[in-house]
Parts: sequence; C-alpha cells; structure tokens
Amino acid sequence: MEQPQNTGAVVEIRDLNTRFGTAVVHESVSLTVRPGEIFALVGGSGCGKSTLLREIILLQQPVSGSIRVFGREVLGLSDEQALPLRRRWGVMFERGALFNSLTVAENVGMVLREHTQLSARLIDEVAAVKIALTGLPADAGPKYPSELSGGMRKRAALARAIALDPELLFLDEPTAGLDPLSASGIDELVVSLRDALGLTIMMVTHDLDLLWRTADRVAVLGEGHILGVGTMTELSQSEHPLIREFFYGPRGRAAREQAWKTK
Amino acid sequence: MTAEQVAQLVIEADMASVVVRCAGAWTVQGIARLEQRLETLSWPGEGDLVIDAAAISALDTAGAWLLQRTVRALEQRGRNVRINGLRPEFNALLQLVAARAVTPEPAAPARDGLLASIGQHTWRGLLGMSGMLAFIGESATALLRSLAQPRRIRWRAILHNLQTAGVEALPITGLLAFLMGVVIAYQGADQLQRFGANIFIVDLVGLSMLRELSPLLTAIIVAGRSGSAYTAQIGTMKVTEEIDALRTIGVGPQELLVLPKMLALIIALPLLTVYTDVAGVLGGMVMARSKLGVSFEDFLDRFEDAVSLSSYLVGIGKAPVFAAIIALVGCYRGFQVSGSADSVGRQTTLSVVQSIFLIIVADALFSIIFNWLDI
Repeated sequence: MEQPQNTGAVVEIRDLNTRFGTAVVHESVSLTVRPGEIFALVGGSGCGKSTLLREIILLQQPVSGSIRVFGREVLGLSDEQALPLRRRWGVMFERGALFNSLTVAENVGMVLREHTQLSARLIDEVAAVKIALTGLPADAGPKYPSELSGGMRKRAALARAIALDPELLFLDEPTAGLDPLSASGIDELVVSLRDALGLTIMMVTHDLDLLWRTADRVAVLGEGHILGVGTMTELSQSEHPLIREFFYGPRGRAAREQAWKTK
Repeated sequence: MTAEQVAQLVIEADMASVVVRCAGAWTVQGIARLEQRLETLSWPGEGDLVIDAAAISALDTAGAWLLQRTVRALEQRGRNVRINGLRPEFNALLQLVAARAVTPEPAAPARDGLLASIGQHTWRGLLGMSGMLAFIGESATALLRSLAQPRRIRWRAILHNLQTAGVEALPITGLLAFLMGVVIAYQGADQLQRFGANIFIVDLVGLSMLRELSPLLTAIIVAGRSGSAYTAQIGTMKVTEEIDALRTIGVGPQELLVLPKMLALIIALPLLTVYTDVAGVLGGMVMARSKLGVSFEDFLDRFEDAVSLSSYLVGIGKAPVFAAIIALVGCYRGFQVSGSADSVGRQTTLSVVQSIFLIIVADALFSIIFNWLDI
C-alpha cells in the first residue's frame, strides 16, 4: 500500500458544492477529520449530511470541490482506482444493508473472501472474532439478518464494516431506530472499537446522546454550509441560532443535562 | 508486495530453547501465505517456546487471531509459550482478540433424507394449494362485496391496469401473433400445395389461430408481462410492510390490489385476443398470397365459409378464464413473498411458471369440454 503525501488529515473536504437540479445542498463546504478521532456530522433532516457521506465514499458525485481521503483525491476516481481506498475504509449503512440471503457470518466472511487469500477456516474464525468484537453472541453467526432484532442487525452491519480492519469507519445513523438501551450499547461499542482498533470514525447522526458520549468533534451542517465545528461543549455555547435550536430544543437540553450528570 | 508487507516467521532452534522470530505486517492482506505455511509447519524441540514479536510492524485483528491461534495450538500440545517484545498497542489488540475468541458455530444444518424431503415437498405443495383456494375464496368474497357496493370499485386503478396490461401489450402481442400466422401458413403451404388444395390455407390459419393459438399466445405473453409484474409489485409491498399498513388503515388489500387487476385483465385479455386474431390472420394472408398465390379477396371470401362464428367465440370465451388465472396466480404469489429480495425473485418465477402451466391445463380442459359439447 503506497503512502501518498499526507497532510495529517484522514478526510479533507475543500469547497465542496452539491446541487440536485436547482436545489443547492452544499455550498463551499470544507471539513477536516483528524486521525484517531470520532468526528460527527449533525444537522436537521434533509440538510445533506448523508449526501456528504455518500460523496466521500464515492457513491455520489458533487458538482465541484475536492475530497481527499488518506491524502488522496477521491473525486473522479474509477472503480478500479478506488478499490485500494475502499479496502481501507468500512461503511455501516443506516438500515444495515446486510445481504439477506447470507447469514451474519457469511456477510462478514464475504468481504474477506473477496479481498484476501485466506483459507476458508481462518476466514470463518476471523469473522467470528469480528462478530464477537461487536458484542453479538456467538450463536448470532449462523443466523440470517431477518432473524435478528434491530440492534443486533446494526451490530452485524458494524461487524461487516470492520471485516477488513479498516483505518477509517463511516457510520450512517448508527443508533437510528433503536431503543435507548440498544442505542447506549452502540455508544459504548463505537468508543471501544476506536480505542481497541485505533480507528478513525466519521459518523452522521442526530442522536444527541450519542454525540455527547462519543464524539470528539462535531460539525453542524445547515443551509448548505458548515455552521460550526468543535467539541460538543464548544458548540453548545455557540451563538448561531440554528445551532442553539439544535442544542437547546427540549430534547437537546435533556441530553446535555444527562451528559453533564454523568461526567 | 515487498517483504515488509507480508507476515514472516523464522524458527531458530538450539539445544536450550526455541525462538520464533515474527516480523513484517501481520495484517489481513499479509498473512495469507504464512497461514498456509503454518498448516504444515513442524515445531522443533519439546520444551518452552519464545516468540520474539519485536519486529512485527503492523498487526490487525486477523493477524492477532492467527498469532493467538498458533499460540493456543502449541499450548494444547503441552508447550509453554512466551511472547516477547510485542508493542504495547499490539499487545492490547492481542488481549482483546484472545478475550473475544470463540469457535465459530457450524452453519450447515443437517440435510434431510430423500423420504423426508419428498414429504416436505408434498406438504408444501398441499399447503400452497389450500392457500391458493383460500385466496380465490377471499377474492371472490371481495368481488361480491364490491358488486354490492359499486362505488367501492376502484375505477381509476382498473383504468390504469387496462392501460399497462392491455394497451401497452398491443405492440408485442400483435407482432408475435402476426409472425405466428406467417409461420403456420408457411408450414401448411407445402402440404396443401401437394394436393392442390391451396385455398384450404384459410381453414388452417383461421381455425388454428382463432380457436387455439391466438388466445393461448396472448395469455402466455400477458402472464409473462403482467403476471410477473403483479407478483413483484405486491411482493415488494409485502417486504416494505405496505400491505400491513393497508390492513391497519382498514383498506382490504384484496379490494385495492387484487380486484382492479383481475377486473382489468378480464376486460383486456378478450380484447387483446380479438386483436391478435386479426394480426394472426393477417400474417397468414400475407404468406398465403406470396407462397400459394391466394389473393386477399379469395382469402376473405373463403374465410366466411371456413370459420364459423362459434369458432371465433370459443377462442374469445377462453380469454376471461385465462385472465382470471393470470391475475389470481400473480397476486397470490405476491402475497406469498416473505422477508427478502430473494423471496420476491423466487415467487415471481413461480408466478409465471404456474400461471402458464394452469393456462395450458385450462386450455386442454376447454378442448375436452368443447369436444364433448360438439362445438
């Protein structure tokens, strides 16, 4: 794996513009994600968080701008050129996107089978280790995704995302649709994975509890711009009306009080 | 890959101890060759082993697991293993993997014997049949309810289905029926010419197209076109819980999804059959003129005598029955979808196969009945 000139940032976005027809989604958005941090992208529904994520992982093309991942420009890469990059990151989709016709263990093993020359036995064992790492019980491996609960499915999707030991992990709404207990389990899991595997994590969420408990830095996206970047404490003191609305709405207040109580 | 990027392992054995030097990148990309080597590697000596891991430049969970597995295998053989010089962050990873290591559960379920699988197939077939009967019953009651309250009939949905299943099928059914007429006339021409019975080409084309081929052909094309679409649509709605949503809103899925399709198809298929009758006979006429020298005037003159009204009506009369079969099987298979995208594909295949099968069975029954009634 070649190491291109590295500016230190894992993800670097400069002057990104995105439009759908006449609707402007992003207008000169710039962001930097540093190695080893848990970076969260927040904002109201429809503000283009997920679109930005999809642009970074090469599922969608912006109108103009630059996105560098591991110091390498990703826009305009062909699938073949993108493959080495894609192996270095893992993605967990909002609804899991597990392959329904495969068991959980096969879902994880499939990634390894596609991209490595390991023996079938070792692949099964490594898949079992990954499944255990995400906190799933050992008997979840031979089950099909349809037999799992929502929280377990998220964990299984996470196991697949870390199958190749990526350096960078993208999480799209990791706690959406989960009960509070499962969601707080995911909070802990995200932090423990980062600590254990030395990952850089970039996530899109609007779960304030998750943000308070895990995120090192947070960027607030709104009206097509980055409204603010900083730690949660910094952002909660921001004067920007949209950011204040986000943090000081009734739910925001409860989450903040909860976070301070536990600190 | 350079030597730096693959995992390496060198064994140095002397009288006193065995030192295993590990180096390189113990990562998911780098351990493939080492793994194969480890399978057949023989470990020298009897006593303690020291693994010198100071030169390992990269370690991920897959590499950590391989190391862990090797250590475990050695310990099981009663040898003491010590790992030296592993970087602290790698050591933490090794501990983590060791703590979580589990033996994967065997996934393959036991396979059933021949007798058991025959039994299961039969049972599933019977269940499918009783389900189909129940579905026909439900559809019939929904139809009666709708007829009792005509304003509950979804005219808009019926018109939409008429458009997609009927009007949009015109080009393909017309073309295929025309070609079918050409083929029949072409095949018949040689035989008839030998007897100088050229004009009987009219009987051949007219009767075979109007009585049998045109209704059958149209029904098979529509089963492939629309029956599969019904299954895929209802199946996808089932997967996304839209059917359940309809039920909770208090709208019967039968009434909204099945009846409009069935009624539209019962109207559209006979009309399509009339159209394919015309196209097929036209194909025969063209061929008769070029191969046998039967002019259009002669052909149409003879047509009136050769083909009775009842032959025409027999053909048209089958169409509504075929239409009901296509709509019922297509919708029923859609409701049988469960869970995944896989299931949608399987049920769609089944839908087309079963409706074509049932259409041909029904056609055979019609032949027997008409023969019996002497029509």
